[in-house]
Amino acid sequence: MMARNWEEYLVEKVLLLAAISSIIIIILIIGFVIDQGLPAMEQVGFFNFIFGTDWSPSYNIYGVFPMIIGSLGIMALSLLFAVPLSILGAIFLAEVAPRTMRRILKPTIQTLAGIPSVIYGFFGLIVLVPFMRETFGGSGFSMLTASFILTVMVLPTILSISEDALRSIPLEYKEASLALGATHWQTIKNVILPAALPGIVTGIILGMGRAIGETMAVIMVAGNTPVIPGSILEPVRALTSNIALEMGYAIGLHYNALFATGIVLLMMIIVLLVITNYINYKRKVTVGGGYL
Amino acid sequence: MNRIIPPNHAQKIMNGVFWSVGILAILILVVIIGYILYNGLPQFSLEFIFGEPVGSGESGGIWPMIVSSFYVTFIALIVATPLGVLAAIFLAEYAGENNLVKAIRFAAETLASIPSIVFGLFGLTFFVVYLQMGFSVLSGGLTLALMAIPTILRTAEVSIESVPQSYKEGSLALGASKWQTIYRVVLPAAIPGITTGVILGMARAIEETAAILYTVGASLAIPLSIWDPARPLPLHLYILATEGISLPNAYGTAAVLVILILIITVFTNYLVERYTKKMMGR
Repeated sequence: MMARNWEEYLVEKVLLLAAISSIIIIILIIGFVIDQGLPAMEQVGFFNFIFGTDWSPSYNIYGVFPMIIGSLGIMALSLLFAVPLSILGAIFLAEVAPRTMRRILKPTIQTLAGIPSVIYGFFGLIVLVPFMRETFGGSGFSMLTASFILTVMVLPTILSISEDALRSIPLEYKEASLALGATHWQTIKNVILPAALPGIVTGIILGMGRAIGETMAVIMVAGNTPVIPGSILEPVRALTSNIALEMGYAIGLHYNALFATGIVLLMMIIVLLVITNYINYKRKVTVGGGYL
Repeated sequence: MNRIIPPNHAQKIMNGVFWSVGILAILILVVIIGYILYNGLPQFSLEFIFGEPVGSGESGGIWPMIVSSFYVTFIALIVATPLGVLAAIFLAEYAGENNLVKAIRFAAETLASIPSIVFGLFGLTFFVVYLQMGFSVLSGGLTLALMAIPTILRTAEVSIESVPQSYKEGSLALGASKWQTIYRVVLPAAIPGITTGVILGMARAIEETAAILYTVGASLAIPLSIWDPARPLPLHLYILATEGISLPNAYGTAAVLVILILIITVFTNYLVERYTKKMMGR
Protein backbone atom coordinates (compact mmCIF):
# COMPACT_ATOMS: atom_id res chain seq x y z
CA MET A 1 0.00 0.00 0.00
CA MET A 2 2.87 2.34 0.84
CA ALA A 3 4.46 1.63 -2.54
CA ARG A 4 1.22 2.48 -4.29
CA ASN A 5 1.02 5.84 -2.52
CA TRP A 6 4.58 6.62 -3.47
CA GLU A 7 3.84 5.81 -7.06
CA GLU A 8 0.80 8.08 -7.08
CA TYR A 9 2.83 10.87 -5.51
CA LEU A 10 5.63 10.48 -8.04
CA VAL A 11 3.24 10.42 -11.00
CA GLU A 12 1.52 13.58 -9.85
CA LYS A 13 4.85 15.39 -9.51
CA VAL A 14 5.99 14.29 -12.98
CA LEU A 15 2.71 15.48 -14.50
CA LEU A 16 3.00 18.77 -12.65
CA LEU A 17 6.51 19.21 -14.02
CA ALA A 18 5.30 18.65 -17.58
CA ALA A 19 2.51 21.15 -17.05
CA ILE A 20 4.88 23.74 -15.65
CA SER A 21 7.17 23.34 -18.66
CA SER A 22 4.93 25.74 -20.60
CA ILE A 23 5.61 28.43 -18.03
CA ILE A 24 9.34 27.70 -18.05
CA ILE A 25 9.46 27.85 -21.86
CA ILE A 26 7.62 31.18 -21.93
CA ILE A 27 9.96 32.65 -19.34
CA LEU A 28 13.00 31.37 -21.25
CA ILE A 29 11.74 32.78 -24.56
CA ILE A 30 10.87 36.20 -23.17
CA GLY A 31 14.03 36.25 -21.04
CA PHE A 32 16.42 35.35 -23.85
CA VAL A 33 14.84 37.68 -26.40
CA ILE A 34 14.90 40.58 -23.92
CA ASP A 35 18.44 39.72 -22.85
CA GLN A 36 19.64 39.95 -26.45
CA GLY A 37 17.46 42.89 -27.44
CA LEU A 38 17.83 45.18 -24.45
CA PRO A 39 21.44 46.23 -25.21
CA ALA A 40 20.25 47.69 -28.52
CA MET A 41 17.36 49.52 -26.88
CA GLU A 42 19.73 50.91 -24.26
CA GLN A 43 22.33 52.01 -26.76
CA VAL A 44 19.93 53.52 -29.26
CA GLY A 45 17.54 54.77 -26.61
CA PHE A 46 14.08 53.28 -26.16
CA PHE A 47 12.31 56.33 -27.60
CA ASN A 48 14.66 56.63 -30.58
CA PHE A 49 14.33 52.94 -31.28
CA ILE A 50 10.53 52.88 -31.28
CA PHE A 51 9.90 56.27 -32.94
CA GLY A 52 13.01 56.61 -35.08
CA THR A 53 12.01 56.65 -38.75
CA ASP A 54 15.38 55.70 -40.14
CA TRP A 55 16.62 52.10 -40.28
CA SER A 56 20.10 51.95 -41.76
CA PRO A 57 22.22 49.23 -40.19
CA SER A 58 25.28 50.27 -42.23
CA TYR A 59 25.28 53.62 -40.38
CA ASN A 60 24.28 52.01 -37.07
CA ILE A 61 20.97 53.88 -37.07
CA TYR A 62 18.09 51.80 -35.80
CA GLY A 63 14.58 53.25 -35.82
CA VAL A 64 11.82 50.68 -36.03
CA PHE A 65 8.89 53.05 -36.56
CA PRO A 66 8.44 52.40 -40.32
CA MET A 67 8.13 48.68 -39.55
CA ILE A 68 5.61 49.32 -36.78
CA ILE A 69 3.56 51.32 -39.27
CA GLY A 70 4.09 48.55 -41.83
CA SER A 71 2.89 45.80 -39.50
CA LEU A 72 -0.07 47.78 -38.21
CA GLY A 73 -1.00 48.99 -41.71
CA ILE A 74 -0.96 45.51 -43.23
CA MET A 75 -2.93 44.19 -40.27
CA ALA A 76 -5.56 46.94 -40.40
CA LEU A 77 -6.04 46.64 -44.13
CA SER A 78 -6.34 42.86 -44.09
CA LEU A 79 -8.83 42.98 -41.22
CA LEU A 80 -10.86 45.54 -43.16
CA PHE A 81 -11.41 42.85 -45.81
CA ALA A 82 -11.36 39.78 -43.61
CA VAL A 83 -13.74 40.84 -40.82
CA PRO A 84 -16.87 41.42 -42.95
CA LEU A 85 -16.10 38.35 -45.07
CA SER A 86 -15.55 36.15 -42.02
CA ILE A 87 -18.66 37.33 -40.20
CA LEU A 88 -20.82 36.85 -43.29
CA GLY A 89 -19.23 33.45 -43.83
CA ALA A 90 -19.80 32.51 -40.20
CA ILE A 91 -23.48 33.51 -40.36
CA PHE A 92 -23.78 31.54 -43.58
CA LEU A 93 -22.31 28.44 -41.95
CA ALA A 94 -24.20 28.76 -38.68
CA GLU A 95 -27.58 29.92 -39.90
CA VAL A 96 -28.18 29.79 -43.63
CA ALA A 97 -26.20 27.07 -45.38
CA PRO A 98 -27.88 23.75 -46.07
CA ARG A 99 -26.21 20.58 -44.81
CA THR A 100 -24.44 19.68 -48.04
CA MET A 101 -22.97 23.17 -48.39
CA ARG A 102 -21.74 23.01 -44.79
CA ARG A 103 -20.09 19.69 -45.47
CA ILE A 104 -18.11 21.29 -48.29
CA LEU A 105 -17.41 24.66 -46.70
CA LYS A 106 -16.16 23.42 -43.32
CA PRO A 107 -13.26 21.36 -44.69
CA THR A 108 -12.56 24.21 -47.12
CA ILE A 109 -12.04 26.66 -44.27
CA GLN A 110 -9.99 24.09 -42.41
CA THR A 111 -7.75 23.49 -45.42
CA LEU A 112 -7.31 27.25 -45.94
CA ALA A 113 -6.11 27.39 -42.33
CA GLY A 114 -3.70 24.51 -42.93
CA ILE A 115 -2.00 25.77 -46.09
CA PRO A 116 1.61 26.66 -45.17
CA SER A 117 2.41 30.37 -45.15
CA VAL A 118 5.24 29.88 -47.68
CA ILE A 119 2.66 28.51 -50.10
CA TYR A 120 0.53 31.63 -49.65
CA GLY A 121 3.64 33.74 -50.12
CA PHE A 122 4.69 31.79 -53.19
CA PHE A 123 1.22 32.06 -54.73
CA GLY A 124 1.23 35.79 -53.96
CA LEU A 125 4.67 36.23 -55.49
CA ILE A 126 3.86 34.34 -58.69
CA VAL A 127 0.23 35.32 -59.26
CA LEU A 128 -0.85 38.30 -57.17
CA VAL A 129 2.25 40.51 -57.50
CA PRO A 130 2.23 40.47 -61.34
CA PHE A 131 -1.53 41.05 -61.25
CA MET A 132 -1.14 44.09 -58.98
CA ARG A 133 1.70 45.38 -61.16
CA GLU A 134 -0.51 45.28 -64.24
CA THR A 135 -3.59 46.68 -62.50
CA PHE A 136 -2.11 49.48 -60.39
CA GLY A 137 1.34 49.99 -61.87
CA GLY A 138 4.46 50.18 -59.71
CA SER A 139 6.36 47.07 -58.68
CA GLY A 140 3.32 45.11 -57.53
CA PHE A 141 4.97 44.57 -54.15
CA SER A 142 2.87 46.62 -51.77
CA MET A 143 0.98 46.93 -48.53
CA LEU A 144 -2.22 46.14 -50.41
CA THR A 145 -0.79 42.97 -51.96
CA ALA A 146 0.32 41.72 -48.54
CA SER A 147 -3.11 42.58 -47.12
CA PHE A 148 -4.88 40.51 -49.78
CA ILE A 149 -2.79 37.46 -48.96
CA LEU A 150 -3.23 37.99 -45.22
CA THR A 151 -6.99 38.37 -45.67
CA VAL A 152 -7.15 34.78 -46.86
CA MET A 153 -4.83 33.68 -44.06
CA VAL A 154 -6.77 35.24 -41.15
CA LEU A 155 -10.20 34.45 -42.60
CA PRO A 156 -10.33 30.87 -41.24
CA THR A 157 -9.37 32.02 -37.73
CA ILE A 158 -12.03 34.72 -37.46
CA LEU A 159 -14.65 32.69 -39.29
CA SER A 160 -14.44 29.51 -37.24
CA ILE A 161 -14.42 31.27 -33.88
CA SER A 162 -17.34 33.50 -34.95
CA GLU A 163 -19.28 30.49 -36.17
CA ASP A 164 -18.71 28.75 -32.88
CA ALA A 165 -19.96 31.85 -31.06
CA LEU A 166 -23.04 32.13 -33.26
CA ARG A 167 -23.89 28.48 -32.68
CA SER A 168 -23.69 28.75 -28.93
CA ILE A 169 -26.52 31.32 -28.75
CA PRO A 170 -29.50 29.66 -27.01
CA LEU A 171 -32.22 28.61 -29.44
CA GLU A 172 -34.86 30.43 -27.36
CA TYR A 173 -33.45 33.82 -28.39
CA LYS A 174 -33.94 32.97 -32.02
CA GLU A 175 -37.38 31.42 -31.53
CA ALA A 176 -38.64 34.41 -29.56
CA SER A 177 -37.55 36.81 -32.26
CA LEU A 178 -39.07 34.73 -35.06
CA ALA A 179 -42.29 34.32 -33.08
CA LEU A 180 -42.56 38.12 -32.91
CA GLY A 181 -42.72 38.14 -36.67
CA ALA A 182 -39.11 39.13 -37.45
CA THR A 183 -37.59 37.71 -40.61
CA HIS A 184 -34.60 35.40 -40.37
CA TRP A 185 -32.20 38.21 -41.37
CA GLN A 186 -33.75 40.61 -38.84
CA THR A 187 -33.32 37.93 -36.19
CA ILE A 188 -29.70 37.41 -37.15
CA LYS A 189 -28.95 41.14 -37.25
CA ASN A 190 -30.79 42.23 -34.12
CA VAL A 191 -30.63 39.19 -31.85
CA ILE A 192 -28.06 36.57 -32.75
CA LEU A 193 -25.16 38.82 -33.81
CA PRO A 194 -25.26 41.09 -30.74
CA ALA A 195 -25.40 38.05 -28.46
CA ALA A 196 -22.42 36.47 -30.22
CA LEU A 197 -20.32 39.63 -30.13
CA PRO A 198 -17.79 38.61 -27.42
CA GLY A 199 -16.90 35.50 -29.41
CA ILE A 200 -16.64 37.42 -32.65
CA VAL A 201 -14.38 40.04 -31.06
CA THR A 202 -12.17 37.27 -29.66
CA GLY A 203 -11.92 35.85 -33.17
CA ILE A 204 -10.98 39.24 -34.59
CA ILE A 205 -8.26 39.77 -31.98
CA LEU A 206 -6.80 36.33 -32.69
CA GLY A 207 -6.87 37.25 -36.36
CA MET A 208 -4.94 40.42 -35.50
CA GLY A 209 -2.34 38.34 -33.71
CA ARG A 210 -1.99 36.07 -36.69
CA ALA A 211 -1.66 39.04 -39.07
CA ILE A 212 1.01 40.75 -36.95
CA GLY A 213 2.94 37.51 -36.46
CA GLU A 214 2.94 36.35 -40.06
CA THR A 215 6.41 36.37 -41.58
CA MET A 216 6.90 34.33 -44.73
CA ALA A 217 3.83 35.33 -46.71
CA VAL A 218 4.37 39.01 -45.96
CA ILE A 219 8.08 38.95 -46.74
CA MET A 220 7.43 37.48 -50.18
CA VAL A 221 4.89 40.07 -51.39
CA ALA A 222 5.27 43.30 -49.36
CA GLY A 223 8.42 44.67 -50.99
CA ASN A 224 10.24 45.16 -47.67
CA THR A 225 11.45 48.77 -48.01
CA PRO A 226 12.08 50.11 -44.49
CA VAL A 227 10.34 53.40 -45.17
CA ILE A 228 6.95 54.72 -44.06
CA PRO A 229 4.76 54.15 -47.12
CA GLY A 230 2.99 57.10 -48.74
CA SER A 231 0.09 55.00 -49.96
CA ILE A 232 -1.19 51.45 -49.70
CA LEU A 233 0.26 50.75 -53.14
CA GLU A 234 3.81 51.34 -51.95
CA PRO A 235 6.10 48.64 -50.59
CA VAL A 236 6.36 48.23 -46.81
CA ARG A 237 8.35 46.17 -44.36
CA ALA A 238 6.74 44.43 -41.40
CA LEU A 239 8.44 43.89 -38.02
CA THR A 240 8.57 40.15 -38.63
CA SER A 241 10.11 40.60 -42.08
CA ASN A 242 12.71 42.97 -40.62
CA ILE A 243 14.01 40.15 -38.42
CA ALA A 244 13.84 37.42 -41.04
CA LEU A 245 15.48 39.49 -43.78
CA GLU A 246 18.52 40.68 -41.87
CA MET A 247 19.25 38.01 -39.26
CA GLY A 248 21.37 36.07 -41.72
CA TYR A 249 24.18 38.62 -41.77
CA ALA A 250 23.61 40.76 -38.66
CA ILE A 251 26.43 41.14 -36.13
CA GLY A 252 27.03 43.32 -33.10
CA LEU A 253 24.51 46.06 -32.43
CA HIS A 254 22.57 45.13 -35.58
CA TYR A 255 22.04 41.60 -34.18
CA ASN A 256 20.77 43.06 -30.91
CA ALA A 257 18.54 45.54 -32.76
CA LEU A 258 16.81 42.64 -34.51
CA PHE A 259 16.12 41.01 -31.14
CA ALA A 260 14.81 44.38 -29.96
CA THR A 261 12.45 44.24 -32.94
CA GLY A 262 11.36 40.89 -31.52
CA ILE A 263 10.65 42.59 -28.17
CA VAL A 264 8.34 45.07 -29.93
CA LEU A 265 6.52 42.15 -31.58
CA LEU A 266 6.19 40.35 -28.23
CA MET A 267 4.77 43.47 -26.59
CA MET A 268 2.10 43.78 -29.29
CA ILE A 269 1.10 40.13 -28.94
CA ILE A 270 0.93 40.34 -25.15
CA VAL A 271 -1.36 43.38 -25.35
CA LEU A 272 -3.69 41.41 -27.65
CA LEU A 273 -3.58 38.40 -25.28
CA VAL A 274 -4.47 40.52 -22.27
CA ILE A 275 -7.46 41.92 -24.16
CA THR A 276 -8.70 38.42 -25.11
CA ASN A 277 -8.34 37.31 -21.52
CA TYR A 278 -10.32 40.32 -20.42
CA ILE A 279 -13.15 39.44 -22.81
CA ASN A 280 -12.83 35.90 -21.47
CA TYR A 281 -14.67 34.06 -24.20
CA LYS A 282 -14.29 30.28 -23.90
CA ARG A 283 -13.19 28.81 -27.18
CA LYS A 284 -13.87 25.26 -28.22
CA VAL A 285 -11.29 23.19 -30.00
CA THR A 286 -12.52 22.75 -33.51
CA VAL A 287 -11.02 20.17 -35.77
CA GLY A 288 -12.50 19.83 -39.21
CA GLY A 289 -16.18 19.14 -39.18
CA GLY A 290 -16.58 18.43 -35.50
CA TYR A 291 -15.80 19.72 -32.06
CA LEU A 292 -13.42 17.67 -30.06
CA MET B 1 -32.76 50.73 -43.85
CA ASN B 2 -35.85 48.68 -43.16
CA ARG B 3 -38.03 51.57 -44.22
CA ILE B 4 -36.44 51.74 -47.64
CA ILE B 5 -36.01 48.04 -48.26
CA PRO B 6 -38.91 45.82 -47.18
CA PRO B 7 -37.78 43.02 -44.77
CA ASN B 8 -38.58 40.31 -47.27
CA HIS B 9 -36.32 41.87 -49.88
CA ALA B 10 -33.57 42.43 -47.34
CA GLN B 11 -33.83 38.73 -46.50
CA LYS B 12 -33.38 37.77 -50.14
CA ILE B 13 -30.49 40.18 -50.68
CA MET B 14 -28.68 38.92 -47.57
CA ASN B 15 -29.16 35.31 -48.59
CA GLY B 16 -27.50 36.19 -51.89
CA VAL B 17 -24.61 37.85 -50.02
CA PHE B 18 -24.15 34.85 -47.71
CA TRP B 19 -24.07 32.40 -50.58
CA SER B 20 -21.55 34.48 -52.53
CA VAL B 21 -19.20 34.69 -49.53
CA GLY B 22 -19.40 30.92 -49.05
CA ILE B 23 -18.73 30.28 -52.71
CA LEU B 24 -15.90 32.84 -52.71
CA ALA B 25 -14.12 30.95 -49.92
CA ILE B 26 -14.37 27.71 -51.88
CA LEU B 27 -13.16 29.44 -55.05
CA ILE B 28 -10.11 30.89 -53.29
CA LEU B 29 -9.08 27.46 -52.05
CA VAL B 30 -9.67 25.80 -55.41
CA VAL B 31 -7.70 28.48 -57.26
CA ILE B 32 -4.69 28.39 -54.91
CA ILE B 33 -4.46 24.61 -54.64
CA GLY B 34 -5.40 24.11 -58.27
CA TYR B 35 -2.75 26.56 -59.45
CA ILE B 36 0.00 24.96 -57.36
CA LEU B 37 -0.92 21.41 -58.36
CA TYR B 38 -1.48 22.30 -62.03
CA ASN B 39 2.00 23.77 -62.27
CA GLY B 40 3.67 21.49 -59.76
CA LEU B 41 2.45 18.00 -60.65
CA PRO B 42 4.08 18.01 -64.13
CA GLN B 43 7.45 18.43 -62.35
CA PHE B 44 6.95 15.16 -60.51
CA SER B 45 9.14 12.27 -61.51
CA LEU B 46 11.07 9.62 -59.66
CA GLU B 47 14.15 11.72 -60.19
CA PHE B 48 12.52 14.83 -58.75
CA ILE B 49 11.23 13.11 -55.61
CA PHE B 50 14.14 10.77 -54.94
CA GLY B 51 17.00 12.67 -56.56
CA GLU B 52 19.62 14.97 -55.09
CA PRO B 53 19.48 18.65 -56.02
CA VAL B 54 21.94 19.83 -58.65
CA GLY B 55 23.77 23.10 -58.03
CA SER B 56 21.80 25.09 -55.49
CA GLY B 57 18.52 23.54 -56.60
CA GLU B 58 18.34 24.74 -60.22
CA SER B 59 17.59 21.21 -61.28
CA GLY B 60 17.62 17.73 -59.82
CA GLY B 61 15.47 16.50 -56.99
CA ILE B 62 14.33 17.31 -53.48
CA TRP B 63 14.93 14.05 -51.62
CA PRO B 64 17.24 15.65 -49.00
CA MET B 65 14.52 18.24 -48.27
CA ILE B 66 11.85 15.60 -47.84
CA VAL B 67 14.15 13.72 -45.46
CA SER B 68 14.95 16.98 -43.62
CA SER B 69 11.27 17.83 -43.21
CA PHE B 70 10.42 14.45 -41.71
CA TYR B 71 13.56 14.36 -39.57
CA VAL B 72 12.91 17.78 -38.04
CA THR B 73 9.20 17.06 -37.55
CA PHE B 74 10.02 13.71 -35.93
CA ILE B 75 12.31 15.39 -33.39
CA ALA B 76 9.68 18.03 -32.69
CA LEU B 77 6.99 15.42 -32.02
CA ILE B 78 9.19 13.16 -29.92
CA VAL B 79 9.77 16.08 -27.55
CA ALA B 80 6.40 17.83 -27.75
CA THR B 81 4.10 14.79 -27.50
CA PRO B 82 5.07 13.56 -24.01
CA LEU B 83 5.26 17.12 -22.65
CA GLY B 84 1.93 18.09 -24.17
CA VAL B 85 0.07 14.91 -23.21
CA LEU B 86 1.42 14.73 -19.64
CA ALA B 87 0.58 18.39 -19.11
CA ALA B 88 -2.89 17.73 -20.49
CA ILE B 89 -3.42 14.84 -18.04
CA PHE B 90 -2.38 17.10 -15.19
CA LEU B 91 -4.72 19.91 -16.25
CA ALA B 92 -7.66 17.61 -16.96
CA GLU B 93 -7.40 15.18 -14.04
CA TYR B 94 -5.24 16.55 -11.23
CA ALA B 95 -5.52 20.32 -11.26
CA GLY B 96 -8.21 22.30 -9.57
CA GLU B 97 -8.73 25.95 -10.39
CA ASN B 98 -5.91 27.65 -8.55
CA ASN B 99 -3.47 30.36 -9.56
CA LEU B 100 -0.82 27.90 -10.72
CA VAL B 101 -3.26 26.31 -13.15
CA LYS B 102 -4.33 29.73 -14.38
CA ALA B 103 -0.67 30.60 -14.95
CA ILE B 104 -0.11 27.33 -16.84
CA ARG B 105 -3.10 28.00 -19.08
CA PHE B 106 -2.03 31.57 -19.73
CA ALA B 107 1.49 30.35 -20.57
CA ALA B 108 0.18 27.75 -23.02
CA GLU B 109 -2.06 30.35 -24.60
CA THR B 110 0.82 32.81 -24.92
CA LEU B 111 2.99 30.06 -26.40
CA ALA B 112 0.31 29.46 -29.03
CA SER B 113 0.21 33.09 -30.09
CA ILE B 114 3.90 34.04 -30.13
CA PRO B 115 4.91 34.80 -33.74
CA SER B 116 6.95 32.04 -35.32
CA ILE B 117 9.85 34.38 -36.10
CA VAL B 118 10.20 35.04 -32.35
CA PHE B 119 10.50 31.28 -31.82
CA GLY B 120 13.18 31.46 -34.48
CA LEU B 121 15.02 34.20 -32.58
CA PHE B 122 14.81 32.17 -29.38
CA GLY B 123 15.98 29.02 -31.15
CA LEU B 124 18.94 30.95 -32.49
CA THR B 125 20.12 32.39 -29.15
CA PHE B 126 19.16 29.46 -26.97
CA PHE B 127 19.68 26.23 -28.92
CA VAL B 128 22.13 27.31 -31.61
CA VAL B 129 24.33 29.70 -29.62
CA TYR B 130 23.79 29.23 -25.87
CA LEU B 131 23.50 25.42 -25.82
CA GLN B 132 25.99 25.22 -28.71
CA MET B 133 23.90 22.88 -30.83
CA GLY B 134 24.80 24.87 -33.95
CA PHE B 135 22.64 25.09 -37.04
CA SER B 136 21.28 21.58 -36.93
CA VAL B 137 18.32 19.24 -37.18
CA LEU B 138 18.30 19.20 -33.37
CA SER B 139 18.10 23.00 -32.99
CA GLY B 140 15.37 23.23 -35.62
CA GLY B 141 13.43 20.27 -34.25
CA LEU B 142 13.50 21.57 -30.67
CA THR B 143 12.36 25.02 -31.80
CA LEU B 144 9.45 23.41 -33.65
CA ALA B 145 8.68 21.28 -30.58
CA LEU B 146 8.05 24.42 -28.56
CA MET B 147 5.55 25.54 -31.19
CA ALA B 148 3.76 22.19 -31.29
CA ILE B 149 3.33 21.85 -27.50
CA PRO B 150 0.28 24.15 -27.11
CA THR B 151 -1.54 22.47 -30.02
CA ILE B 152 -1.01 18.99 -28.61
CA LEU B 153 -1.74 20.09 -25.04
CA ARG B 154 -5.06 21.73 -25.83
CA THR B 155 -6.41 18.96 -28.05
CA ALA B 156 -5.30 16.25 -25.62
CA GLU B 157 -6.81 18.08 -22.66
CA VAL B 158 -10.21 18.38 -24.35
CA SER B 159 -10.27 14.73 -25.36
CA ILE B 160 -9.26 13.57 -21.88
CA GLU B 161 -11.95 15.74 -20.34
CA SER B 162 -14.59 14.32 -22.65
CA VAL B 163 -14.02 10.73 -21.46
CA PRO B 164 -17.30 9.85 -19.68
CA GLN B 165 -17.21 10.12 -15.89
CA SER B 166 -18.78 6.66 -15.58
CA TYR B 167 -15.62 5.04 -17.04
CA LYS B 168 -13.53 6.51 -14.24
CA GLU B 169 -16.07 5.69 -11.56
CA GLY B 170 -16.24 2.10 -12.74
CA SER B 171 -12.50 1.73 -12.54
CA LEU B 172 -12.17 3.47 -9.18
CA ALA B 173 -15.00 1.36 -7.77
CA LEU B 174 -13.04 -1.76 -8.68
CA GLY B 175 -10.28 -0.54 -6.38
CA ALA B 176 -7.93 0.88 -8.99
CA SER B 177 -5.84 3.86 -7.96
CA LYS B 178 -6.16 7.22 -9.69
CA TRP B 179 -3.09 6.75 -11.88
CA GLN B 180 -4.11 3.15 -12.74
CA THR B 181 -7.49 4.50 -13.80
CA ILE B 182 -5.96 7.20 -15.95
CA TYR B 183 -3.37 4.89 -17.47
CA ARG B 184 -5.64 1.91 -18.15
CA VAL B 185 -9.05 3.51 -18.71
CA VAL B 186 -8.97 7.23 -19.44
CA LEU B 187 -5.97 7.36 -21.77
CA PRO B 188 -7.02 4.47 -24.03
CA ALA B 189 -10.46 6.08 -24.40
CA ALA B 190 -8.87 9.42 -25.24
CA ILE B 191 -6.33 8.04 -27.73
CA PRO B 192 -8.14 9.11 -30.93
CA GLY B 193 -8.36 12.69 -29.68
CA ILE B 194 -4.75 12.69 -28.55
CA THR B 195 -3.67 11.29 -31.92
CA THR B 196 -5.53 14.11 -33.65
CA GLY B 197 -3.67 16.62 -31.49
CA VAL B 198 -0.32 15.04 -32.37
CA ILE B 199 -1.15 15.14 -36.08
CA LEU B 200 -2.17 18.79 -35.81
CA GLY B 201 1.14 19.48 -34.05
CA MET B 202 2.86 17.62 -36.87
CA ALA B 203 1.10 19.80 -39.46
CA ARG B 204 2.26 22.88 -37.63
CA ALA B 205 5.86 21.63 -37.58
CA ILE B 206 5.96 20.46 -41.19
CA GLU B 207 4.72 23.74 -42.66
CA GLU B 208 6.76 26.10 -40.51
CA THR B 209 9.43 28.24 -42.14
CA ALA B 210 10.19 31.34 -40.08
CA ALA B 211 11.08 29.41 -36.93
CA ILE B 212 13.64 27.25 -38.71
CA LEU B 213 15.08 29.96 -40.93
CA TYR B 214 17.95 30.61 -38.51
CA THR B 215 18.07 27.39 -36.54
CA VAL B 216 18.33 24.51 -38.98
CA GLY B 217 20.88 25.89 -41.44
CA ALA B 218 20.20 25.45 -45.14
CA SER B 219 22.42 22.57 -46.20
CA LEU B 220 21.52 20.77 -49.42
CA ALA B 221 22.91 17.42 -48.24
CA ILE B 222 20.86 14.69 -46.59
CA PRO B 223 21.19 15.17 -42.81
CA LEU B 224 22.60 11.99 -41.28
CA SER B 225 22.83 12.80 -37.59
CA ILE B 226 20.82 15.25 -35.48
CA TRP B 227 23.88 17.52 -35.44
CA ASP B 228 23.85 18.02 -39.21
CA PRO B 229 22.31 21.10 -40.81
CA ALA B 230 19.31 20.49 -43.05
CA ARG B 231 16.86 22.22 -45.36
CA PRO B 232 13.20 21.26 -44.86
CA LEU B 233 10.74 21.67 -47.76
CA PRO B 234 9.20 25.06 -46.86
CA LEU B 235 12.64 26.60 -46.42
CA HIS B 236 13.74 25.14 -49.76
CA LEU B 237 10.66 26.59 -51.45
CA TYR B 238 11.32 30.00 -49.88
CA ILE B 239 14.92 30.02 -51.08
CA LEU B 240 14.06 28.78 -54.58
CA ALA B 241 11.28 31.34 -55.01
CA THR B 242 12.86 34.45 -53.51
CA GLU B 243 16.33 33.97 -54.91
CA GLY B 244 14.88 33.14 -58.32
CA ILE B 245 16.81 29.87 -58.55
CA SER B 246 14.29 27.68 -60.34
CA LEU B 247 10.61 28.26 -60.88
CA PRO B 248 9.78 24.70 -62.04
CA ASN B 249 11.46 23.20 -58.98
CA ALA B 250 9.69 25.74 -56.77
CA TYR B 251 6.35 24.63 -58.22
CA GLY B 252 7.25 20.99 -57.66
CA THR B 253 8.32 21.61 -54.06
CA ALA B 254 5.15 23.60 -53.40
CA ALA B 255 3.04 20.76 -54.81
CA VAL B 256 4.75 18.22 -52.51
CA LEU B 257 4.02 20.45 -49.51
CA VAL B 258 0.40 20.97 -50.54
CA ILE B 259 -0.13 17.23 -51.00
CA LEU B 260 1.40 16.52 -47.57
CA ILE B 261 -0.93 19.06 -45.94
CA LEU B 262 -3.96 17.70 -47.83
CA ILE B 263 -3.18 14.16 -46.66
CA ILE B 264 -2.84 15.35 -43.07
CA THR B 265 -6.12 17.31 -43.28
CA VAL B 266 -8.10 14.43 -44.74
CA PHE B 267 -6.65 12.02 -42.20
CA THR B 268 -7.47 14.23 -39.19
CA ASN B 269 -10.99 14.73 -40.50
CA TYR B 270 -11.42 10.99 -40.80
CA LEU B 271 -10.17 10.48 -37.24
CA VAL B 272 -12.39 13.20 -35.81
CA GLU B 273 -15.45 11.93 -37.63
CA ARG B 274 -14.91 8.40 -36.35
CA TYR B 275 -14.23 9.71 -32.87
CA THR B 276 -17.34 11.92 -32.71
CA LYS B 277 -19.49 9.10 -34.06
CA LYS B 278 -18.18 6.81 -31.35
CA MET B 279 -18.87 9.39 -28.65
CA MET B 280 -22.34 10.12 -30.03
CA GLY B 281 -23.12 6.41 -30.21
CA ARG B 282 -22.70 6.00 -26.48
